Amino acid sequence: MSDQKLNKVINEIKDDTNPSSKGLYIIRYTGLALFVMGLLLFTYVMFMGPFELSKSSIEDSISNKQHRQAIAQQTTTMQQQSYTTVFSFIANLKPAIEEANETLDDGDRINDYKQGVYRLNIAKQASTGIIDSYSMLYFWLSIGLGCLGAIIFFLPKIWLRLPGIDNDHIYHNSAMSLGTIGWATGLYFIAFYVFIYWYPEYAVNWIKMVDPISMAIKGQPAGQWFLYGLLYTLAIVVMGVRMFIKYRHSKYHLVRTSSVMFFQTAFAFIIPELLVAFNKPYYDFKNIWPLDYDFFFDWQINTFVNSGSLGMFMLMWGIALTVVVVPVLTYFYGKRWYCSWVCGCGGLAETFGDPYRQLSDNSKSAWKLERWSVHSVLVLVTIMTIGVLYTYFTGSSSLLGIDTYNLRSWYGFLIGAAFAGVIGVGTYPILGNRPWCRFGCPLAAYLGLIQRFKSRFRITTNGGQCISCGNCSTYCEMGIDVRWYAQRGQNIVRSSCVGCGVCSSVCPRGVLKLENGPEEGRFNEPKAFTVHEDGVTVNGGIET
Amino acid sequence: MHLVIIGNGITGVTTARYVRKATDWDITIISSETEYFFSRTALMYIYMGHMEYEHTKPYEDHFWEKNDLNLICDHVMDINVEDRELDLREGESVSYDKLVLATGSQPNKFGWPGQDLDGVQGLYSYQDLQLMEENTKNIDRAVIVGGGLIGIEVAEMLHTRDIPVTFLVRESNYWDNALPVDEAKMINEEIRRHHIDLRLETNLEKILPDDNGRVRAVVTQEGTQIDCQFVALTPGVHPNLELVKSGPVETDRGILVNRHFETNIDDIYAAGDCAEFKEVPDGDPSIEQLWYTGRLQGECLARNLCGERKAYDRGIWFNSAKFMTIEWQTYGRVPPQLPDGCETFCWQHPDENLLLRINYKKSDRAVTGFNSFGMRLRHAVCEQWIDEGKTLEYVLEHLGEVNFDPEFCDQHESEIITYYNERYPDRQLELKQKRGLLGLFQFENQMTA
Repeated sequence: MSDQKLNKVINEIKDDTNPSSKGLYIIRYTGLALFVMGLLLFTYVMFMGPFELSKSSIEDSISNKQHRQAIAQQTTTMQQQSYTTVFSFIANLKPAIEEANETLDDGDRINDYKQGVYRLNIAKQASTGIIDSYSMLYFWLSIGLGCLGAIIFFLPKIWLRLPGIDNDHIYHNSAMSLGTIGWATGLYFIAFYVFIYWYPEYAVNWIKMVDPISMAIKGQPAGQWFLYGLLYTLAIVVMGVRMFIKYRHSKYHLVRTSSVMFFQTAFAFIIPELLVAFNKPYYDFKNIWPLDYDFFFDWQINTFVNSGSLGMFMLMWGIALTVVVVPVLTYFYGKRWYCSWVCGCGGLAETFGDPYRQLSDNSKSAWKLERWSVHSVLVLVTIMTIGVLYTYFTGSSSLLGIDTYNLRSWYGFLIGAAFAGVIGVGTYPILGNRPWCRFGCPLAAYLGLIQRFKSRFRITTNGGQCISCGNCSTYCEMGIDVRWYAQRGQNIVRSSCVGCGVCSSVCPRGVLKLENGPEEGRFNEPKAFTVHEDGVTVNGGIET
Repeated sequence: MHLVIIGNGITGVTTARYVRKATDWDITIISSETEYFFSRTALMYIYMGHMEYEHTKPYEDHFWEKNDLNLICDHVMDINVEDRELDLREGESVSYDKLVLATGSQPNKFGWPGQDLDGVQGLYSYQDLQLMEENTKNIDRAVIVGGGLIGIEVAEMLHTRDIPVTFLVRESNYWDNALPVDEAKMINEEIRRHHIDLRLETNLEKILPDDNGRVRAVVTQEGTQIDCQFVALTPGVHPNLELVKSGPVETDRGILVNRHFETNIDDIYAAGDCAEFKEVPDGDPSIEQLWYTGRLQGECLARNLCGERKAYDRGIWFNSAKFMTIEWQTYGRVPPQLPDGCETFCWQHPDENLLLRINYKKSDRAVTGFNSFGMRLRHAVCEQWIDEGKTLEYVLEHLGEVNFDPEFCDQHESEIITYYNERYPDRQLELKQKRGLLGLFQFENQMTA
């Protein structure tokens, strides 16, 4: 081939590391732009006004007559004003309700919880701007556009990269390696959780956007939990699509991702809402005590008891899950059957959280903290539940000098909301995608004890093939130093392993395999080789 | 007793760890490459953004102090054999009672004109990686010279940065001096599937500079010129003899040792990439440059140091690699040319990059080696089968036992059996077990059936 001709060939190849890549990147960045636009609009919706208080909005929001009259009286000046944002509106409404409370007799006082409900309901009624008339349009332009943009962003990867592990540039990407975008994302998530859990009255415009969907599903307007449930489910579904693309070479990941998408959509979102629509108790059939920490609360038990045979079934099913299903399935399959196949928290971690899995700290000190922390929560939830049941059956609210009501409200605040929500999900971009599951989830601790001491599950190490590269440890979302075991030829039997299977996928040398095998030989000799008289023998985690 | 180890790679560190397990000697490891031991095999993942340098350290930093292993980050300039002392570049000299040389390798350069230009490099050390990061900024094309394992790694690395790559390979197929031709051809395709401009049977003639002494182009022996701003020289590595070249330690291509890793000087040992065995069993190379052999040699050397007279014998051979997206595992011996007295059975998937080759002896049909692409095999089972001389037919009927692929992965055992039965109609084999270990994975079998 002549030089001239050859150079022509090269010039043709030059722009063509991948023939169609340019167009695909354009599509990708278009998707990203749409996502950012959706996100910006979503954020902006929170600040939209005006807020105008009318008599009827107070009447629609409060059923208690005394409360209604007192609050109506205290808010007369507010009724002549228009507020530009929810923040200035609440700033006036909150003291007005407090003052109204002062005028009431002691027996009629509005408790803190009720005050919050009133603020939320009144603010929702008072948001009379464009969001009120076009809530569905805003839903599609913010949340809808965001989801669409994300999917458009993910799809071109099908053609840009061949099937196989693609962790390229994760540590060059600010969003996924504790860069500015990563920290900003974390703060955004945390702020979102703080609003949803403790200040939902500021999120009324968001709630309004999903009202039409709530009406369609259960015939009732949305509250903050409907909004949260919907966003949570969308996050799992949209990021589940990303998982399908990223791990399309691995059936294990395709199947388990489908599983968490299904359980979230059907069991955690649609079925409970439909139950409410049919006037049955709200119930997530796959939520298990002690993760479902209020399962034995008096109001919950009363709801079950008063809901006929379905209620009794729910009560018995819930108890059976904890007492029978968890030990049996965990014996055969390890805790993964729940944590990375069924659980809602796990579902979010495995999909929405997947881009952050490498941020989980795999140091020994983190492991130490984890063991203390997660088992403490298990002890705490057990004490709390015993206290609650004690009170339920005896009517006494004090057990060994502990006020059981205080205990449960503190548990709900510190563990149920702050730990599971704000820290557990809000810090994904900072602490990795399973901070709650590692450090806080009492059910994970319970499953983990069974997995560690009485289970057939382990990750088998393939003889001496480990090259200590560290991909497994880096991409372990539970912060297990998988390499520590693999390089010594030792099977990995750890209580925290949720069996996501990513260590096995990222291993370039085929060293790791998740297995349900015989209990015998599960804890093998921690040594890749045995040098003896006849040479070297490899220990492969099997009986010989 | 003061044991000093020069080199903190897998060999040096393994030696130190095993000596520490058996003794309470003072142990010092000296390296000028990095402060702590890291996994050289993971360098590519740092460049590709899969990991950061921190992640490539197999042990946390507190490990060394906890195990009373003294680390010195310095360069050894000279060995004073008489006084048993080492001169360091920065710090004070260090004396030793026993000395282990585990100095590793250096990239090969074959005297090509222009091989020392800016923008031309090999990839072996952490410093090489840093240099490559600098050298590959804002370039239009890279050329790789030498079709071995490092070459394909560099190709994959550059591919993740969307840098066009021309890959010059001297042989007829990629790495066909190590792989049988079917396998080598499969990897050719895999490289081209990644839009890498693979040129087989192409030799480098010279590398041309620009006005600033940087690489501007390469010229092949056929006389074609390829413009590029980066050249990776990856035609293998050779023992790093810089430290011992001028001293009394006997060397040839590597530091000469016996099967106990002893050099010609008392109490000086060498192991790993830098060591060359004076005598080797038939067919084995005298220099071993793999992660696994480094680890094995380190362990065996430690036993010898601690008084156990144990000749190095690496047992049944194994190795692995990943060619772009294709994983490769090998057990026993599968050389590119079929050895005398051996026959081969090779199954290849019609569409996917899956291949299983099993070599066996003609006489008793005992298996001698496995080559597996895109399928994971159990190390211990392969070793046991080779060791026990199981026949090809036994192995095929029990393929389920050796399968190490992840759960739910497509299984091809029955296709392989069918392929065999079509080739040998008089020997109808039957798959004894689809999958699982020794028939005990009942639940998994049900789940994946």
